[in-house]
Parts: sequence; structure tokens; C-alpha cells
Amino acid sequence: MARIDLVDLAHSYLSQPPDATHYALKPMTMHWRQGGAYALLGPSGCGKTTLLNIISGLVVPSQGQVLFDGRDVTRLPTEARNIAQVFQFPVIYDTMSVRQNLAFPLQNRGVPAAEIEARVKEIAELLDLGNALDRRARGLTADAKQKISLGRGLVRADVAAILFDEPLTVIDPALKWELRSKLKALHRRLDLTMIYVTHDQTEALTFADTVVVMHDGAIVQTGRPNELFDRPEHTFVGHFIGSPGMNVLPARVEGRTAEVGGVAVELARAYPAQPAGRRIEIGIRPEYARLTASGGLPVRVERIDDVGRIRFARVRLGAASLSVVAPRGVPVEGDRALLALDAHQIHVYADSRRLEGAA
Amino acid sequence: MSLHLDRISLTVGGVPHLDSISLTLERGTINVLLGPTLAGKTSLMRVMAGLDRPTSGRLLADGADITGRKVEARNVAMVYQQFINYPALTVYENIASPLRVQRRPAAEIDRKVRAAAELLRLENHLGRTPLQLSGGQQQRCAIARAVVKGSDLVLLDEPLANLDYKLREELREELPRIFAASGAIFVYATTEPTEALLLGGNTATLSEGRLVQFGPTAALYHRPASLRAAETFSDPPLNVMAVEKRGEAILLPGGATARAAGLLAGLADGGYRVGVRAHELLLARPSRAGAIAIRGTVDVTEMTGSESFVHVHAGPLRWVALTPGMHEVAPGAPIDVFVDPDRIFVFAPDGGLAAGPADSGA
Amino acid sequence: MDKPINNAAWFLILPAFLIVLFNAVIPLMTVVNYSVQDTFGNNQFFWNGLGWYQELLDPSSELGGRFFASLGRSAMFSAIILAIEVPLGIMVAMCMPRRGIALALSLVFIAMPLLIPWNVVGTMWQLYARSDIGLFGWTLNAIGIPFNYTNDTLAAWTVLVVMDMWHWTGLIALLCFAGLKSIPDAYYQAARIDGASRWAVFARIELPKLSHVLLIGVLLRFMDSFMIYTEPFVVTGGGPGNATTFLSIDLVKIALGQFDLGKAGAMSIVYTLIVLAVCWVFYTVMVTGQNKGGRG
Repeated sequence: MARIDLVDLAHSYLSQPPDATHYALKPMTMHWRQGGAYALLGPSGCGKTTLLNIISGLVVPSQGQVLFDGRDVTRLPTEARNIAQVFQFPVIYDTMSVRQNLAFPLQNRGVPAAEIEARVKEIAELLDLGNALDRRARGLTADAKQKISLGRGLVRADVAAILFDEPLTVIDPALKWELRSKLKALHRRLDLTMIYVTHDQTEALTFADTVVVMHDGAIVQTGRPNELFDRPEHTFVGHFIGSPGMNVLPARVEGRTAEVGGVAVELARAYPAQPAGRRIEIGIRPEYARLTASGGLPVRVERIDDVGRIRFARVRLGAASLSVVAPRGVPVEGDRALLALDAHQIHVYADSRRLEGAA
Repeated sequence: MSLHLDRISLTVGGVPHLDSISLTLERGTINVLLGPTLAGKTSLMRVMAGLDRPTSGRLLADGADITGRKVEARNVAMVYQQFINYPALTVYENIASPLRVQRRPAAEIDRKVRAAAELLRLENHLGRTPLQLSGGQQQRCAIARAVVKGSDLVLLDEPLANLDYKLREELREELPRIFAASGAIFVYATTEPTEALLLGGNTATLSEGRLVQFGPTAALYHRPASLRAAETFSDPPLNVMAVEKRGEAILLPGGATARAAGLLAGLADGGYRVGVRAHELLLARPSRAGAIAIRGTVDVTEMTGSESFVHVHAGPLRWVALTPGMHEVAPGAPIDVFVDPDRIFVFAPDGGLAAGPADSGA
Repeated sequence: MDKPINNAAWFLILPAFLIVLFNAVIPLMTVVNYSVQDTFGNNQFFWNGLGWYQELLDPSSELGGRFFASLGRSAMFSAIILAIEVPLGIMVAMCMPRRGIALALSLVFIAMPLLIPWNVVGTMWQLYARSDIGLFGWTLNAIGIPFNYTNDTLAAWTVLVVMDMWHWTGLIALLCFAGLKSIPDAYYQAARIDGASRWAVFARIELPKLSHVLLIGVLLRFMDSFMIYTEPFVVTGGGPGNATTFLSIDLVKIALGQFDLGKAGAMSIVYTLIVLAVCWVFYTVMVTGQNKGGRG
């Protein structure tokens, strides 16, 4: 059980970093609430693994503090931190049975045998491993092994936080669904702080109640999944979250009108004139741009992708190219169609940062 | 070239890996092998490449039997999940390497390497070595090498699995264009149904070493021939329930009954299994008459920002409903989910498709 | 249906087959031939059937007694070598630096003895261990430990065992080092998080992951030490007395020293069968171990 605070934290793998670009992690302050489900989301090299390693104690940060429930643990080794970690590839002790694997962390801490037995049984039931307790761990499937890795963290009564490092990488899609909902149910039931590192937006958004999006060693936005989806504060967030990502198009904005690729688009809010030299873009998610039967902007359809439950079209609006939803039954004549944009869902960005317009 | 697999089986140490697989792949097509881990995708590719010899069955190229021919004697290229390049060579030399082996004239090599680099957007990285590239670029380099070779058959074994989500999306979008420019037979193995849909072309769904169904990708998704085919090609997993038809009534699991409407109306009496894709499982009663309501309990709700996945259990059923927008339903809360009897797959007791949506070809 | 197998391919392996025939099968058959005959010189041979084998395997006969004594010495030597070199090799591997120039230096240092020819190793140690001019022998005597391998059995064994350790422990160490390097970091991190002791990390992670290379290492070292000839021949010549007369040395004594080709033939065959049997056991253990772990 722990609240985790990161105070003025930064890290460079060089001992004397010449400038900010040499920091794997740029200065940040963060508070992780006890019992929260967090996701650290970003592409490889964004610093999310460095941050995870600092929390777990594998890396000592160049500056700043890590506090667990107010106690400074910045320099404490992993084993003294009461954390558990699930890795990308399942880590199991090959020669031991499932039962022995689960009992291992407790045995190492000198817990009485009867207590171990009871606790192992309880956790095995929780993870649906009850029937496999006496099997050799090495013969099991990847998802069962990953459950064992998690179980070794959960058996410890003192565990403060569980860290997940892309835990579903080697799991088949069908089983991912099961494991993901299992994780979520466990989180609700156990009231543990969980931090989940991933590059996969679906995993991050479905798991976490707070998602931290990282880019280039810095946090670009923290928020609930729907906030990140509906109000990306940075074009990177818009692009990175959503599949396909947000359409980010160079534009000229004046008051309530944006000119995109030579076509005028109505906005729901008014934006003051921006100083010259700033890069102005508008962003709209494909989900809020739909081909329509009547009353839209004329576009040219370049391609339609059927992803099963929904169809996306790649269209040209003047000179700009964007992804939009192509509902079934909407007419496309030759390559021409009509596009309706939801004006309330169009955001304006100056130098990649979102502008707050006036109603 | 067209490649014909005629009842290919492969048994290794008494364990069957492939079981009598017959397929015909035409030149210039993308063929996706879709199935979970150990379904036989990699084994099948190895047989096609000539790395493994099938235990029985034949492999025909344009009608000629090439079953026993070794990989060296065939004109094939492979791309793996791991990014495999020559670490000491530049990107240019990496792409040129198969042409150098073929002893092509220098001018032709240069022309082809530059064309392939442009196709894969590597033109600005030709002087670097693979280790100076990002993962996505390394895999582009490996694909460029496979494409430039001018092979009749290009095999890609989960080539995007080790890439970040966004890089995967980006490269996946380009792949059909890259493939179309080449004219070889492309075989692409993946575990992800969405990937198959985005690549298009043909798909062969595999399960436990057997071919479940083969055909145009969209058709396979919208009109699976069997329960197994629908389950293999479904993400989120297909929601399935056993029902029994008695006259005008449908007996649902748990003892409730519903009126036999929609696709269920025209069936003979007897037991069936009904498959409902997650996005066809509705949280609000549809306007169309005859919807089947099922009372369940919410396990978990997952939200992706634009959509919500509501995990529901009702008796023995564990279902997932995918619904647009944000629908936070408290766990443990009772919920009614609705099945539109026109938007379902009905499977006969032998697993074959008995009825499916009419417009499914779209 | 046309048959894809091209029978002409068999002709292509004919050269390889002939080579094997000439350098393995025919010599072996010659040995088998000798082993069932007796000779009194002058190239006169008499049929002896399984007589030599009966004598060889009967510990009460002169030949049998001699055979079992040298077999015992060979087995003892292999057992001592394995008992020392395997744990020592693992320890060396675990102590090796993991990267950088220190790693390169220690690799060279450890691999060096492996590159020295057997008879050179023998000569080196023959000199090194001498009590008059050898540093090793002289030092031991100087600090008050009487050491003379030419007349003391224990000293002779000590020289041979220490020499073999010096020569071959590096092999086990290199194999184990490669095995240890292939263990992903996540295992060590997980073990720290689980609060595992250093010993538990060794027993639960490192040893199981090393079991494969260790099996190969043990097999190589067993075969090599069980068949050792050159070094003891150079250092002790099988003495003092018969104290270091291993099977290989005894075999040469009988065959070339006494020219008892029949006895030597029978002994060679039994010797070969023992080595083959042990290899087969190792192979079986390895293959079953692999199958248990496979497709998981």
C-alpha cells in the first residue's frame, strides 16, 4: 500500500550531461495516488522504462527524490522497496512447480509454512491457477506463466505497488482480452497501486484510470482516457492515441474559421490571431469526421479500409489528406463523397500545443 | 508463379504440426496466414520456403512438383519477427546484398536499391548501418532486401510483432502498396485479426495445424464458413451461445425463451450455436423488432477513449460488448444486452454456418 | 505419381562413405579381427574366439586383474577431474567480468591453456613439477612438503590432476560464461524483487539455465579425461609403478610393448564400448531434457 511521489526527478545516463537533450528523463514532479491504476504510454525511447526502473530501484536518478508514503527510497535497492514487477517476457523458476514459484518470495522472507500454504492457495484461486498448482511451471503456456509472475508479486502481503513492463507482449490476442480484464478486476479487488508501462494505447487506455503520455523524456499529458482522446493537449498525444491517430493538418485560423488545404472549415470556438512564426495546425479525430450522404464538404476518396466493425477512408480535402470514418451505406460516387466534420471536436494547435478558444 | 499446396502434412517427432493443408496462392497476391501461436503458421511457411520437407503432400509451382527442392534452389525471400540485417554493412549494401549474390551489373544494382529504398522510405538512411536506425527502419531495411531480390515468393513471419504500436500502424498501412509494386506471392503470418483486415488480399485461417478457411479477407470476416472460422477471425473474441429452436420459440441458455425472429426464423427445429461479434452486441434495445434480450452482470468495463468494451457474464456466458463512446458501467451491476437476430451468425451442430447476415459481403 | 527422391544423390555421398570406411570401419574391423585371434609372432595367427574377452572380463585372471585395475584408475581420474573442474569452472565463470576490456583480457587468459598442444602441456608440467629444477615441486619441498612425483603415488596423481585442471577448467568456464550471459536481466531483477538470496539465485536460476551447457561440458571432459594418454605418458610414463597407468597407457603397453595384439584388440573393443555407452546415456538425458522443455 503506497502513495508514490516523484519530486523534481530527472535522469541522464551520462554523469555530466552537456544539455537537456542528453537527459533520458527531463525534470518532472508527479504524484501517484495509493490504489491508482496508472499507465505510462509512449514509443520506445521515450523514457518510460527509465522511469519505471527508477521507481523499482534498478536505476538511481541523477537528481530528485522518489518517496513511498513520504519515505525517501531514492537510494534503496529493489528488494527493500516492497514492490513487485511483471516483465515483458514471463520470468518463472523453471525447475519449480507453480506452487513453489508462488511460495518462493514468502519463503525467502521467512514466512511460516502454514501461512505460505494458505496465501499461495488464495492467490492461485484469484488467478485461476488453482488446478495447475502442482504442475511444473516450465511446461505451461505464456499466459499462465505471466500469471505466475504476477502471482509472485501478489502473494506478498506487504507489496506496495505492482509494476508492469509491457506484460502482454507475448500473449495471443484472444488471451489478451482475458488477461486484461483479469488485471482490471484484480486491481479493483486488491486496492494496490499499479503502474503499467506500454507502447500499446489499447492496453494503456483500457487498463488505467490515469494515463501518462511520455514523449522524448518528458510527460506531455496526464489524464483520464477520455480526456486524452477528446482533448489532446499536444499534437503528439493526438497522433499517438487513437487508431488511426488524430488528423493534424496545417491551417490558417482566423476567428471561427480555419483554412485547411485551401478549404474553409467552420470552428465551434473563436481563436485570437497568433503571432507570426508560430506553426498553426488543426486536429480532428477520424471518429469525428464522417462521410455523409448530404450536407458536407466535397472530398476525394483515395482508399477505404474495412477493419470489420468499422470502415475508415483516406480522403483528400483540398490539398490536405485525412482519415475519416466511412459508414456503411454512405454513397461514394467514383471517388467523390461528402465529409461532415464535428466542429466541437476540432482543436487548434500552435507549435503543437492546444489553444483554448473563446466560446 | 502460382504456388499450389496439395494436402501438405508435417509431423515432427510424432507431433502433428500441419494436417493436410491444400491452398493455391496466385502471383501478385497478399496471403495472410491468421491463427494463434502454434496454429502452424511458421511450420507452413517453412514448408513453402523449402526449409522443411512435408511428411506427405506436394508443393507445385506452376504445376511443377518442387516438394523436395531445397530453399537454396528456390527463389524465396523471408522476413522475420526479429530485425535481421547485416550489422556491419550500410543500409545500401544490405539492400544490395541479394543482387550482389546474383552478380547483377552495378548499374542495375544501384537502380534497384534506390527504387526499393524509396519504396520503403529509406532513401535518406542509405549510408547508415542498421544499428543506427530505429526498429521500424531496421525492419524496413529487411523488407527492402526481400523485395529487391525479385523472388517469386516472399514470406513474412509476424514482421511487425516487435515494433511499437504506432510504427506497426504506419508500416502496415504502407505494406499493401509495397507488395503491389512487386508482383511476387506474399505470405504474411500474424496472430492479429485486425492486421489481416488492414492488409486485405486473401486470408487463410489456421487452427491447430489445420486450414479452417481460405478466401478474400473481407469475405472471410463477414461470412465465416464455420464456428471455428468465425472464432479464429474475431477480435474481441466471438460471443457464442448454444440455443435450441422449437417451432416459433428459441430456448436460450439459462432457460429463458425468445421469439424466433430474423435469421433464426427460417431454421429447422434443433440445436444451434449463435455467434455475435462484440460490436453487434448492443447495450440499448434496437429499434428493429425481435431483438433477443439477455440479462447479465457487468464484470469489467474497459474504455479506449472512443469506444468501451463491456465484459458481461450471464450464467455460463462470458461476453464482450464493444460500444462506441464512453460507457462506464459499475462492475457487478445488472445489465441487459441485446442481440439483433439479423446481425448474428447461426452455426449448425456440426459447426457449419447455417445462416448469416445478408449484406455481409460489404 | 512421380517420386521426388533423386537416387543419383546417393553417389554424391560415396566419397564420404569411402573415407569413413577406410579410416573408421576397416581399422575397427581389424581390431575386432585381432581380438578373436592369438599370435606368436611371425605373422602366424590362431583362432581364439571369445577367449580374450573372457580373460579380460575375469578379474581373477592376470589380464583381467590388470584391465580392471587400469579401468579403475581411469574412472577414478575422470571422477576427480569432473568433481573439481565442473564446480571450479562454474565459479570462474561467475567471477568473470561481464563487459569491457577486463572481459576481453580474462577471456584470452582463460582460453590460453586450451590452445597448447597436449604433449607440450605434458612437457611443461613434467619440468614445472620436478623437485630439483621445477618451480612447483621445488617450492613445495622448500616449504617443507615432501614432493617427488617420480616415486610417490599421491604426488604423481596430484601433478596429473593439477595439470588437467590448468589445461581444461577454462573450457568449462567459457561454456558456463556463455550460458550465464544468455540469461536475461529480468530474471535477476525478478529474483531481487522476490528477495532471493545469492544461493537461491544460483540454484533456482543460474544452475537450471546452465544445465544444458554443463551437460555438454561434462560429456566433453569425461571423454577427454577417460581417454587421456599423452600427458601422463610424458609426465609420469604411467608410474611410479603402475600408479598412473590408465587404460590408454596400459593398452599401448600391451599392444606395442608386449605385442599382444589379441589382448590389446579385445581391450580396445571393450574400452570403446564403455565410452560409447556413457555417451549414449548423456545423449539420452540431453534429448529427453530438451523435449520436456520444448514447445512450451
